[in-house]
Amino acid sequence: MLSYFVVGIIYGCLYALTASGLVVTYTTSGIFNFAHGAIGMFMAFTYWQLAVGWHVPWPIALALVLFVLAPLMGAAIERALIRQLYGAPLGVTLVVTLGLLLFLLYAADGIWKPTITRYLPDIFPGQFHIFGVVATWYELMVVIVSIGVAVGLRVFFKRTRAGITMRAVVDDRDLTARAGASPARTAQLSWILGASLAALAGILIAGGRLQQLDQFNLTLLVISGYAAAVVGRLKSLPLTVAGAMVLGMLVSYGVGYLPINLLSNLEPVIPMAMLFVALLVLPQGRLRTARFGTGKARRTVGLPQSLALGVLFVGGAWVVAELLSAGNLLTFGQGIVLGIVMLSLVLLTGYGGQVSLCQMTFAGLGAFCMGKILGSGSIVGLAAAFAIPAVVGAVLALVVLRLRDIYLALATLAFAYAMDNMFFNRELGFGGILHVGRVAAHSQRGFLIEVAALFAVAAVSVLALKRGQFGRRLAALNDSEVACVSIGMSTTTTKVIAFTLAAGIAGLGGALYGGWQGQVGPNDFQMLTSLILLLLIALGGLGTVAGAFAAALFYALQPVIQQHVHISNFTGLLVGLGAVSLGRNPGGVAGQLADLSERIRTGWAERRAKAVAPAGQGPSVAGVGGMPEAVGEEAELVRAGR
Amino acid sequence: MSAPVAEAPAGGVALDPGVDPAAEPALELYHLRAGYGRVEVLHGVDLALPRGGVLALMGPNGAGKTTLLNVAAGFIRPTAGCVHMAGLHVNDVAPEVRAEAGVCSIPEGRGTFPNLTVNENLRVYTHAGNQPYRQVQERAFSRFPRLGERRNQLAGTLSGGERQMLAMCRGFATDPAILLLDEISMGLAPLIVRALYDVVAQLAEEGVSILVVEQFAATALAVADQAAVMRLGRIEAFGPPDEIAESLTQAYLGGQQ
Repeated sequence: MLSYFVVGIIYGCLYALTASGLVVTYTTSGIFNFAHGAIGMFMAFTYWQLAVGWHVPWPIALALVLFVLAPLMGAAIERALIRQLYGAPLGVTLVVTLGLLLFLLYAADGIWKPTITRYLPDIFPGQFHIFGVVATWYELMVVIVSIGVAVGLRVFFKRTRAGITMRAVVDDRDLTARAGASPARTAQLSWILGASLAALAGILIAGGRLQQLDQFNLTLLVISGYAAAVVGRLKSLPLTVAGAMVLGMLVSYGVGYLPINLLSNLEPVIPMAMLFVALLVLPQGRLRTARFGTGKARRTVGLPQSLALGVLFVGGAWVVAELLSAGNLLTFGQGIVLGIVMLSLVLLTGYGGQVSLCQMTFAGLGAFCMGKILGSGSIVGLAAAFAIPAVVGAVLALVVLRLRDIYLALATLAFAYAMDNMFFNRELGFGGILHVGRVAAHSQRGFLIEVAALFAVAAVSVLALKRGQFGRRLAALNDSEVACVSIGMSTTTTKVIAFTLAAGIAGLGGALYGGWQGQVGPNDFQMLTSLILLLLIALGGLGTVAGAFAAALFYALQPVIQQHVHISNFTGLLVGLGAVSLGRNPGGVAGQLADLSERIRTGWAERRAKAVAPAGQGPSVAGVGGMPEAVGEEAELVRAGR
Repeated sequence: MSAPVAEAPAGGVALDPGVDPAAEPALELYHLRAGYGRVEVLHGVDLALPRGGVLALMGPNGAGKTTLLNVAAGFIRPTAGCVHMAGLHVNDVAPEVRAEAGVCSIPEGRGTFPNLTVNENLRVYTHAGNQPYRQVQERAFSRFPRLGERRNQLAGTLSGGERQMLAMCRGFATDPAILLLDEISMGLAPLIVRALYDVVAQLAEEGVSILVVEQFAATALAVADQAAVMRLGRIEAFGPPDEIAESLTQAYLGGQQ
C-alpha cells in the first residue's frame, strides 16, 4: 500500500521533470516540441556512450551531457529549425518537431544498433528503509533533483530578469526587442534550457529502472510526461508538477491493483488515458487561428480533368504492374494503399486543418473489420471496413470536438497509442497475425490495378468534395472557427463529417493494405506509422491530392533508395529531414511544383504581353503586373475622397 | 540627460568620420523608401527630428506613419534611402540594439506584455537604459500611483488607460535619447490622454527628442515644436505647428494642392 505511494512519488518526479522541460520550451518559445522526448532519449544514449562506451567517469560524462552537449543540441535545433518557425502556422511547427522526433529516433537506432544490450551506470546503489518501505538511494536522489529543478525553475521564471524576459518573448517578440532584449537570443536560451531538462529526464528515467536502453520506449516514456504538461495547460509549472504527481500515483496504484490479465499493457496506457481525459476536461489555453496549409490559394482541378488523371493513373499502374519485379511490385502496391490512407489526411488535415495522428489506427480498424468481423475478402467486408471505422471516427470527433491544434494532435496521439496497446496488441485485436482477404482479384498484378482504381476513385471523390459546398466549409473551418460560428455555420457538423469520412477512407485503405499483404500484425498500425504517414504527406504537399500521390511514390521508392545508400534507416532519416525542412517550404513537393508551374505560366504570359504591347508601353504592362494591391486601393480611396 | 545615440555605434557605420554627433539631428530620414514585401508604403521620405525637439507627425489612415516609426525602430529595413541617428547610419542595426542605444518606441495599443504582471513588465523594461529595477519601479509608481496599486496584476487585465500608462513608463524609465510614440491616445478618456501628454511634455523639457504620431491633431500640436503632414507615403507639409494646423484639413480630406 505505502510502497505503491513511494513508487508513485518517484514516477511523479520523473514525469514532473519531463513535463517541466516541455512547458519551459512551450511557454518561452511558443512552440510545442514533440521531439522533447526524442532529445531526452538521444542524450541518454549519448551519456551511455560516454560513461559506458568510452569509460569516462560518470560524473564527468553526466556533467558533459547536461551542461555542454544537451545545451549545444538545443541551441543548434533552435538556430537551424525553430528560428524560422516563429509566426509560422501551427501545423508547420507540428510537422517540423515531429520530423525531428523521427529523425532523432532513426539516428539513434542507426548509431546505437540494438545488437547489444545497454545499461546506464548504476549510480547511488543500495537501499534504505523509510516508514517500513524499501527505497533505493537512487530514488531518493531523483526526488531531490526533481524538487531542486522545480524550485529552481520557479525562481528563475518569477524572480530573474532573464526568466521574465523569456516569458515576455512569447507574449510579444517585437515589444521585447523594443525593450532592448534580443528575442532570438532569449528564445535560444529557452531551447538550451529545454534540451538540458530533456536530457536530465531521459537519463534519470533510463537509469532508475535499470532496464535496457531502448530508443522507442524511452522516447515514449518521455511522451508520457505530456499528460502532466497538459494538466498545467502547457503554461503553469506548479500545476504541471501537481499533474505529474497525480499521474505517478495513477500509474503506480493502477499497475499494483488492476487485474493483470485484463489489462496487461496498462502501464504505458495510463498516462495516455490521463492525457486524453485532461485534454477533454481542462479549459483550453489561448486560442489562435491555425492554418495548416501554405496560405496560398491554389487552383483545384476540375471534374473532367481529375477523372482523366484518375484513368491515366490506373493505366499507368497497369503498365508498371507489368514491368515491375515481384519484390518491387510489393512496395509499389504498399505505397498506393498507404496513399489511400494519406488521402484521408488530405481531406481532414489538409483541407479542414484538423490534425490527426491516428489515421493508421483507423486503417487498422478497417483491416480488422475486413479480416475478422465480416466475410474476409467480400465486398460486404470492404463496405464494413469503410463504415465501422467511420463510426468510430464520428465518435472520436464528437469527443474531441472542442480541441484543436496541438491539443487535438495530442488527443489523437493518445488515442492511437491506447488503441495500439489495448486493441491491436491484444487477443481482442489481431492476436499476432490476422489474415485479410481481397475482393475479386487473385493475382498480385490484378489486385494492384484494383487498388490503383480505388485510389483513383478516392482521389477523385476527395477533389469533388473540395470543389463542392462541403469543401468550402472545410476551408472556412481551416481559416477561422470563430468566423464560421459568427456566420451561423455549424463547425460541429463539419468537423464530425470530416472525421467520419477521413476515418472511413483510412479504414478502406487499411483493409486494402491487409489484403495487399495478405496478413497484418499489430506492428502494422503503430502510432509511429501514423506519424510517419503525416510527415510523408506533409512532405509531398499537405492539402493536395498530388501530395498524397507524391508521398505514395516516395514510399514505393524507399527500398530502391535504401539499396543504394548504406546508412541504416536512411529513408526514415530522409523523411525526418524533409519534414524538418518544411519550415522553409510549407507547401511540400507538390507546393514547390505548383509554384514552379505558376511561375513558368506567369513568366510566359508576361513575355507574351510584352511582345504584344507597343514598345512605349512595355514598362507599364510590367508595372501593372507588379503593382501592389494596397497602393491601388489607397489611390482609389483618395480619389473617392475628392 | 541620457545616453546619447552616438555613444553606441553597435553595428552602425558613421557616414563621415568628420561628423560631429552633437550637431546632428537626433533622427534623420533621407530619401527613405520602405514597405512590406512588394508593397511599397514610403515613397521617398525626408524628415529630420532635431535634437531635443518634439515633432508631431500627422496624416490620414494609411499614410505610412506607423511604417515610418517601424523603420525608425528597426523593424522594417528600408529598401532605399537611409536612417541616421545622431549622424550615424543605422539601416542595418537590429531593433534591440537601437533600444539599448537609447531609442524607445512605444507601439500603438500594445506596448505592454499582457501575461506579465505590472512589476514584471517594468523588470523587462530595464533591459534598455541604466536604471536599476527599484528606481524604475519608484519612478513609475510615483508618476502613476494606480499602477502601484496594481503592481502584481497581469497587464492584460488592466484597463486600456492603465495599460497605456504602463507602456509609457518605458519612456521615462529607460532614459531614452529618442522617443517614438504611436497613437498613445487611441481609445482613451481625455483625462488619461492629458496625463500621458504631461509625461511627453516633461520628457521634452528634459531634452528627449520625440516623434509623436497622433490622430488628435490638437493634442499633439500642443506639445510639438514642429509638425509634419504625411499622405500616401510622402511628407506633404512641414513647419511650425500653427501653420500645419491650417493645412491639416486639406490633407485629411483631399482637395487641390
